[in-house]
Amino acid sequence: MDLYEHQARGLFEEHGILVPRAEVTASPKEAREIARRLGGRVVVKAQVKTGGRGKAGGVKLAADPVAAELTARRIIGMDIKGHTVREVMLAQPVDIESEFYVSYVLDRAAGRFLAIASAEGGMEIEEMAATRPEAVARIHIDPAEGVTSAKASEIAQAAGLPPQTVDVLVRLWQVLTREDAVLVEVNPLVRTAQGQILALDGKVTLDDNARFRQARWGEEDAGHDDPLEVAAAAKGLNYVKLDGEVGIIGNGAGLVMSTLDVVAGCGARPANFLDIGGGASAQIMADGLSVILSDPDVKSVFVNVFGGITACDAVADGIVQALGAVRLTKPLVVRLDGNNAVRGRAILDGHAHPLVQQATTMDGAARRAAQLANTS
Amino acid sequence: MAIFLTNESKVLVQGMTGGEGMKHTRRMLAAGTDVVGGVNPRKAGQTVDFEDRAVPVFGSVREGMAATGADVSVVFVPPAFAKAAVVEAADAGIGLAVVITEGIPVHDSVAFHAHAAKRGTRVIGPNCPGLITPGQSNAGIIPADITKPGRVGLVSKSGTLTYQLMYELRDIGFSTCVGIGGDPVVGTTHIDCLAAFQDDPDTELIVLIGEIGGDAEERAAAYIRDHVTKPVVGYIAGFTAPEGKTMGHAGAIVSGSSGTAQAKKKALEAVGVRVGDTPTETARLVLTQLETERDVTHS
Repeated sequence: MDLYEHQARGLFEEHGILVPRAEVTASPKEAREIARRLGGRVVVKAQVKTGGRGKAGGVKLAADPVAAELTARRIIGMDIKGHTVREVMLAQPVDIESEFYVSYVLDRAAGRFLAIASAEGGMEIEEMAATRPEAVARIHIDPAEGVTSAKASEIAQAAGLPPQTVDVLVRLWQVLTREDAVLVEVNPLVRTAQGQILALDGKVTLDDNARFRQARWGEEDAGHDDPLEVAAAAKGLNYVKLDGEVGIIGNGAGLVMSTLDVVAGCGARPANFLDIGGGASAQIMADGLSVILSDPDVKSVFVNVFGGITACDAVADGIVQALGAVRLTKPLVVRLDGNNAVRGRAILDGHAHPLVQQATTMDGAARRAAQLANTS
Repeated sequence: MAIFLTNESKVLVQGMTGGEGMKHTRRMLAAGTDVVGGVNPRKAGQTVDFEDRAVPVFGSVREGMAATGADVSVVFVPPAFAKAAVVEAADAGIGLAVVITEGIPVHDSVAFHAHAAKRGTRVIGPNCPGLITPGQSNAGIIPADITKPGRVGLVSKSGTLTYQLMYELRDIGFSTCVGIGGDPVVGTTHIDCLAAFQDDPDTELIVLIGEIGGDAEERAAAYIRDHVTKPVVGYIAGFTAPEGKTMGHAGAIVSGSSGTAQAKKKALEAVGVRVGDTPTETARLVLTQLETERDVTHS
């Protein structure tokens, strides 16, 4: 789960990292008041969970409170890479002397967190890593030891950062571990003309798996923009909206991903990703169907279930019950395979719903679902 | 012989007395697994009756190992307790810990992987279906009755795709199938399994199933080029999946590649791995490859 910049800023501040004075609002009128409180001249920054805000016109300097209101009015409602701007953050401008880059990121291959730091901040780090790799320091962190002052000094020295950044590196590690983040990035970390080290912009990604022990994370943090995703999340479904017309329900993330590919290979586009998990109960099936059928883009639905632990007859019972609870408005292609597949198919045949058809193979079912979507 | 798990493996189940633990211990026993004990400090000294075996519950992994000679532990405990469970198993000196638990915070798994590595414990998972050596032993939640023993080795991130391939190739059968898990950090990688299958005389061909994210498949491809002489057939899921939202910019530079399915397929094909477009086509490629190999051997 990615945080907004202002949320990241809040976490940095709580952990004793200096940040510019700033406030957030969804109202241009209030933006004027905030600018007045912050001394008049402010930076107005769109709050969206995507990069490239500056290039898209989402970050502007406003000379006074009136300009701040006008700028906020322009930025709020703006679309940046498919994300609608709902709020802006207004921040006091900072007199920058030099810019640095620091982050802690999970190195999947090494199974450890990696400190990445550079004395040349402000630009895109991946661009820098490609063009000037010698300017980017990378140091793995032993999870048993964490980032001590000694480790932080090692990172700062390797990257050529000034000694005052050591304290920030230690505190940033505390943000990572205590807040259960999988990524913390400060870009840029700046030294002001007054010699202060300030986190000017930050990115934090929290670990969804840690929700059980992070009591203050709210549900609203999930950050779904799409109304179907919001509805699916409310039902506890693992659903992602896509652009196509074939609704997809499957069990297991790998099989569902594979199902999307196979449908695409048959000349249709998948409308969504929906993994109902190994159990595939009637309730989850009904919830999944109701979300997918409420998607106006969907023209056919493909249910692709492999009966492993849960046998196919139980899955078929679930589908029949779900069809009792949800009014089917679009053709449904079902492929049941694996344990008790024959019995499962017989249950669906016995139910004989006019909009339900079966196929015995995944590829055959995908072809049928694609055909139905393309001809309706 | 198979890899990592045989009919000689003695298996402890951490979290056996919970709902999932009970259900899957029963299934493991039915598949022929030598489940020698459960671990739960609050139920130490009790026994749990399954159909044809009364399984004792020990207070710790160390006690269970001392009493039974167990060398494998399967972990079903909830996410909040998983780190402690794996650390305990590693400290007791278990050879293999199979972590089924899904939803473990990544800081916990990073910590227990580092700890287990220092103690010499192999971890499979977390968030994985475990591994099965058909006809011999099953450690985890893979359905045992959808395939049979044979000479194909399989390694996969995904549970249901593993089952799909096991079922498609049920007439051929498998030496060992390993579900390494879909978490960002896993204990046993594609490469570890490729190395073990290469050395396993019971494995004739290797199926490698991957999916988008990270660069494990690209690294596996490089390993195959340098170290694997047995035929490998691949499948990659996620060509049409949306770009991952969780991978930050900084993440992309670590992996050194975009992590797309296309890039992974290309990397595998570049080293001579045949990659199927669908699971079914992948199964067909396995059959063709096996026939070719056998023709070559016999001529």
